[in-house]
Amino acid sequence: MNDKIANKSIRVHVDTLEHLMTMVSELVLTRNQLLEIVRRHEDSEFKAPLQRLSSVTAELQEGVMKTRMQQIGVAWQKLPRLLRDLSAELAKPIEFEMRGAETELDRQVLELIRDPLTHMVRNSADHGLEMPAVRRACGKPEKGTIGLSARHEGGHIVIEVSDDGAGLSTERIKATAIARGLATEAQIEKMSEAQIQRFIFAPGFSTAQKVTNVSGRGVGMDVVRSNIDEIGGTVDVKSVSGKGTTFIIKIPLTLAIVSALIVEAAGDRFAIPQLAVVELVRVRNNSEHKIERIKDAAVLRLRNKLLPLVHLKVLLKIDGGADCQAENGFIVVTQVGSQTFGIVVDAVFHTEEIVVKPMSSKLRHIPLFAGNTILGDGSVIMIIEPNGIAHSIGNVVIERDATAAGQEADRTDDRSGIESMLVFRAGSPQPRAVLLSLVTRLEEIDVRKIESSNGRSLVQYRGQLMPLIPVNDDVRLKSTGKQPLLVFSDEGRSMALVVDEIVDIVEQKLDIELLSEQPGVLGSALIRGQATEVIDVGHFLPLAFDDWHDWRERRVAAGRHRVLLVDDSQFFRDMLAPLLNAAGFSVICAASAEEALAVLRDGKRIEIVITDIEMPGMDGFELTSAVRRDPRTAAMPIIGLSSLLSAEAVERGRRVGLHDYVAKFDRQGLIAALKEQTADMIRAA
Amino acid sequence: MSTLETMTDYVTATVGGQLFGLPIGRVQDVFVLDRLTRVPLATPEIAGVLNLRGRIVTAIDLRRRFGLPPDEVRKRMAIGIEHRGESYGLLIDTIGEVLNLPSSSREGNPVNLEPLFARMSAGVHRLEDRLMVVLDVDRVLDVGQHAEAA
Repeated sequence: MNDKIANKSIRVHVDTLEHLMTMVSELVLTRNQLLEIVRRHEDSEFKAPLQRLSSVTAELQEGVMKTRMQQIGVAWQKLPRLLRDLSAELAKPIEFEMRGAETELDRQVLELIRDPLTHMVRNSADHGLEMPAVRRACGKPEKGTIGLSARHEGGHIVIEVSDDGAGLSTERIKATAIARGLATEAQIEKMSEAQIQRFIFAPGFSTAQKVTNVSGRGVGMDVVRSNIDEIGGTVDVKSVSGKGTTFIIKIPLTLAIVSALIVEAAGDRFAIPQLAVVELVRVRNNSEHKIERIKDAAVLRLRNKLLPLVHLKVLLKIDGGADCQAENGFIVVTQVGSQTFGIVVDAVFHTEEIVVKPMSSKLRHIPLFAGNTILGDGSVIMIIEPNGIAHSIGNVVIERDATAAGQEADRTDDRSGIESMLVFRAGSPQPRAVLLSLVTRLEEIDVRKIESSNGRSLVQYRGQLMPLIPVNDDVRLKSTGKQPLLVFSDEGRSMALVVDEIVDIVEQKLDIELLSEQPGVLGSALIRGQATEVIDVGHFLPLAFDDWHDWRERRVAAGRHRVLLVDDSQFFRDMLAPLLNAAGFSVICAASAEEALAVLRDGKRIEIVITDIEMPGMDGFELTSAVRRDPRTAAMPIIGLSSLLSAEAVERGRRVGLHDYVAKFDRQGLIAALKEQTADMIRAA
Repeated sequence: MSTLETMTDYVTATVGGQLFGLPIGRVQDVFVLDRLTRVPLATPEIAGVLNLRGRIVTAIDLRRRFGLPPDEVRKRMAIGIEHRGESYGLLIDTIGEVLNLPSSSREGNPVNLEPLFARMSAGVHRLEDRLMVVLDVDRVLDVGQHAEAA
């Protein structure tokens, strides 16, 4: 058996793979160019074959990427030995636990992460764990535990280095931060514990040996951070005093191809890596989202926080870097580590998969660029390095963070239930709204790019054909200029709602006042004193894709009666939670079966569980069995949600103890099932 | 002509009226500049980057490099060269013919040559009607690294 497996693999020189990768990158570029050309020609006969080429290229790209993948365990090989030696040297018994060594990532990334990881594990042993005598005194086992784990999450790999030591000393970090002039006492007073702990990553925090000894931890963490920054990753720390410290590293699976947002500043286009982009805000002088100034510093009020702004044009000193009054642009809200800031740009185009090409050695010294790339139309553009931008406005941001944290603390109490709503007009002057968290992106697309097929409108979007659905019968596609669209994406698929005008983003408590009978409308709510129709995105998804229900296994995801909603898709959680709220239930969400069990075990008063059936890992059936097994929750009503309503599935559901089984898009059905279960409860009581 | 005489082929070009020559072995191709993307924060000598058959080429403005005033030539030509595995384009005013020149007509730099110029010149060829400066490509490309960082 083993012989057979051995015969199925061959050794290939890394150079061969690298070359293959380069060629595939070129192919991706050429494909993008072709797509761009076809986009300009209506009804081109190349469309269909190109679509095919496009998908083959995507598969090829994925295949070649796989060949470059290596198990992260390769980078861990030397760690057990290192720890054994350290254990002897430091006279600390250490238990080393590795999990997820088989998690794969690009070999190039692997090479770059090896040293920082080694450093961090060493740190945990050296500074994280206490001496055995101290541990015994604290009632902990003498043997300290260091954990190293890796797992995939989205297009990223998450690596955690943890120890069960004493945790970071916030007091000492405070003192050091003040001593090193990283923050003033007043600023620190307003910071949360997590913010203070993050100082260990601040440049210059631990350069001096003396400080290192005092801080007891954080040796070279700024170096680790800059290493991880370099590969487009992030690092964070969670520490509980007396319990231990966990470092969380998130890095992209590969460096060669990234998804980036294409923006324009001063007539030039730039790419901003999507990883760093949190959201887009459109600035209008007359709206709530206007830019305000504190002396020369521009800021934006965003959800009760002040967001420091920097204009890309000013940052890059284009046209002499004169500050422009272009207060009608877009703000790309960007997050780097714990820093959030807004990059002001003149225009936002689309998102594109770009092949990162290294900068010429003559340009590599510019910290604001991560590389350059060739776009579909053949032009070369610069890729913005978010870390570089964070550094260049760093000091300002840290100060703002402190103030913002203070404000946040004041307001957290009354913020529950506040939702951000995107207000738009479509077909009539009456305002309509949708939950902002559901909207993936706001787009304005040249109407000439809109194609028509079988009576449906489509547009090329991120290499796929994206269906355009009018919000209601009264809205018409514009005939010239730009068509505003609300793009919704879930699991790689996108659809867009056609609207007339995007009006504003409003933050308020969402009380949907009456449930509407009209399809596609959740109900109406008072937004800024005006009756506003809140649309139901869930209604439109099946309209966009006939096969939305059964497309792939819908790996998916709510009072006064407390409902636990379990669904792995953020999208569905966001969609169902407001609906259930509107129907009179109080909703708690869980993103996985494991999380749901934890919520139930916590003894939170949950009356009904709604669970998605198709989930990665533990699925809805297994969750139901687990809930039934626990005597405390054995009688819990559970409703299953699924896009697969086969007789067999329903039967299996009954066997494991589901009370009801509802189709995923059947809102009325779900509400009815909930009402029935709660009515039973009242009768029982 | 003596048999010891070595002949060298030069690709010639003019920048600001001055004739230059590059050893033909260093020249990859000559192309018309199509779309140039400027690079913010780069040294002024770097005119920008462009896409040449799928490769990203860094364009060096020789006028700037030689400290000459900018010129409003629309259709700029460029000489493509490779240097340490990277592609560069040297922006010129006009491209000339390829000259086959004997080493005997080549002299060192005149001592009164402007230092900026002298650094990039590997000597001068006396042609019948004019002088041709031989470009030291490596020196010409010695730009950028010491630029002011943002």
